[in-house]
Amino acid sequence: MSTWQLLKKNRLAILGLVFLLFFFLFAIFGLIVTSGKNPIFNPYTIRLQEKLKPPFSKANKEVLSPDQIPPFGIYIFGTDDLGRDVFSRMLQGAWVSLTVGFVSVGISTAIGIIIGGIAGYYGKEHPFVDILITGMIDIMLCFPSFFLVLTVMAFVPGSIYTIMAVIGLTNWMGTARFVRAEFLSLREQDFILAAKALGLSEFRIIFRHMLPNAMAPVLVSATLGIASAILIEAGLSFLGFGVPPPYATWGGILSDGRRYLFDAPWLTFIPGIAILFVVLSFNLFGEGLRDALNPRLRE
Amino acid sequence: MKEFLIRSLIQKSITLFFISVISFLVIHLAPGEPSQINPLNPKFTPELIKRFRQQFHLDKPIYVQYLIFYRDLFSGRLRSWKDGRPVLEKIWERFLNSLPLFISGTFLTWTISFPLGIQSAIRRGSLFDRTSTFFAYLFISIPGFFFAYVLIIFVVNRFHVPVIGMETFGISGPWYFKLMDRIWHLLLPSVLSAGSGIAILSRYVRSQMLEVESQDYIRTARAKGLPEDVVHYKHALRNALLPFVTMFGLVIPGLIGGSVIIESIFSWPGIGRLAYEAMLSRDYPVVITLNFISAVLVLIGTFISDLLYMIVDPRIRL
Repeated sequence: MSTWQLLKKNRLAILGLVFLLFFFLFAIFGLIVTSGKNPIFNPYTIRLQEKLKPPFSKANKEVLSPDQIPPFGIYIFGTDDLGRDVFSRMLQGAWVSLTVGFVSVGISTAIGIIIGGIAGYYGKEHPFVDILITGMIDIMLCFPSFFLVLTVMAFVPGSIYTIMAVIGLTNWMGTARFVRAEFLSLREQDFILAAKALGLSEFRIIFRHMLPNAMAPVLVSATLGIASAILIEAGLSFLGFGVPPPYATWGGILSDGRRYLFDAPWLTFIPGIAILFVVLSFNLFGEGLRDALNPRLRE
Repeated sequence: MKEFLIRSLIQKSITLFFISVISFLVIHLAPGEPSQINPLNPKFTPELIKRFRQQFHLDKPIYVQYLIFYRDLFSGRLRSWKDGRPVLEKIWERFLNSLPLFISGTFLTWTISFPLGIQSAIRRGSLFDRTSTFFAYLFISIPGFFFAYVLIIFVVNRFHVPVIGMETFGISGPWYFKLMDRIWHLLLPSVLSAGSGIAILSRYVRSQMLEVESQDYIRTARAKGLPEDVVHYKHALRNALLPFVTMFGLVIPGLIGGSVIIESIFSWPGIGRLAYEAMLSRDYPVVITLNFISAVLVLIGTFISDLLYMIVDPRIRL
């Protein structure tokens, strides 16, 4: 059976995938409607006369100027302590979560493939390179991930790009280990010997013949990595080391809302549940993918 | 065996050296030299720059800076910028506060995950297995801070009792009253810190147990006509437990790493909160020392797990 057929049997993984597609659409839609000069959903509009309104409450059009009225005259997710529309802020924050998740995992996967690939492919002829790289991996693994990210973020200026870079640069070790192990066993196999005998360039052997065969564990760890990157970003925003305000992030909305925990619980629950669902879907899909790609489970 | 130990020790000391270098380099993370930083940046006052230069001897070559820093750290001369107290003393004080939280959290994690994982594996595919799998995914995915607030809302609305801090402010009464109050305050943060740990560890126990249950010697044990309980708990479990003995060592790093968010939410004056406060006030000596200590703890943890592995697994001793 193909991977896709195996994956389709796993109902939870498919549920995760469907929710992820919905999340992508939400984030892209959010980027379109909240950016520009006069966005349809303006996450920055402050309405002090309409603060802390519960979800689905109607906007009071008598106290608002025309450009302050939210689309459809309704606050779908309520308003926060400055009267900003939480739905618009959630739309804007979705894009941050999505890009931070994908870009940082892209960075860490690329680094992991390159470093692990070098160690796995050249390690045998140049043991020094292999020792150097595995040593580097061991050293990096000694620093607790979230703590390290937090330390770095405390000292460099916070922006969405530094967050992506820092998360990416501190989480490549797992991928590097996988790729190194895969390359070590792949390079002994006959088809690589055949490729070498044909006189193919090393570049072509590595990227055309070896890498595709080592991709399965990388893909799984990347999917699970996105989940943890989104959690790290939310944790950073929550602690105030994330994307600087007024730009909205899900962790930031939750962090701002904690002073109104009992008066305005939706400021906690809406972003919290959103983060939970997105991370859960990535985890379910990633685990499903792992099972589907596991050759031992195939008939 | 001796050879293995010596090799491991040498390797660990080399790693330790690099850890100390990397932790130290954190101060050079901020772009450029602090004295060259944009004077408009409110985070770098002239006073801070002066102190920065003095503390880290930035005018000297970098290896001298490194040596001076660790000389000061180990001789106890390194002081916090915030209140001028020795860094090690400050960390030790907070460490004693974190310790009960860490112990109760670890205790909960290890006592709950094993029965849970073993039962899931034995009753694979049952309602119990599917429910615990679902909750495991839920607890792995839930952001700690959100879970904390959900629990706080629930407990405060339901029982009307304070949950923040290490004890109720201004509490008085006999000693057992204070003790109960302490334990109550400990409960919520330790449940939180155990939550994701239980989820991850019980999944791991389950897969390990399933792996062992599919081995040939289990089939042999069944074929001999042994009762199911003996097969599960005597033959399977003992072998499935092997990798977990080594994980005891990996528990140690949790002392610092995982507690930043939970301790800041509950205003728990422990190490994680100290780290957060130090980062907010740019207290470089404390941040660097904490990073160094947490990495060293990981290193010690891996060394202990190497040792334990050697003790339980005779194959390595050869």
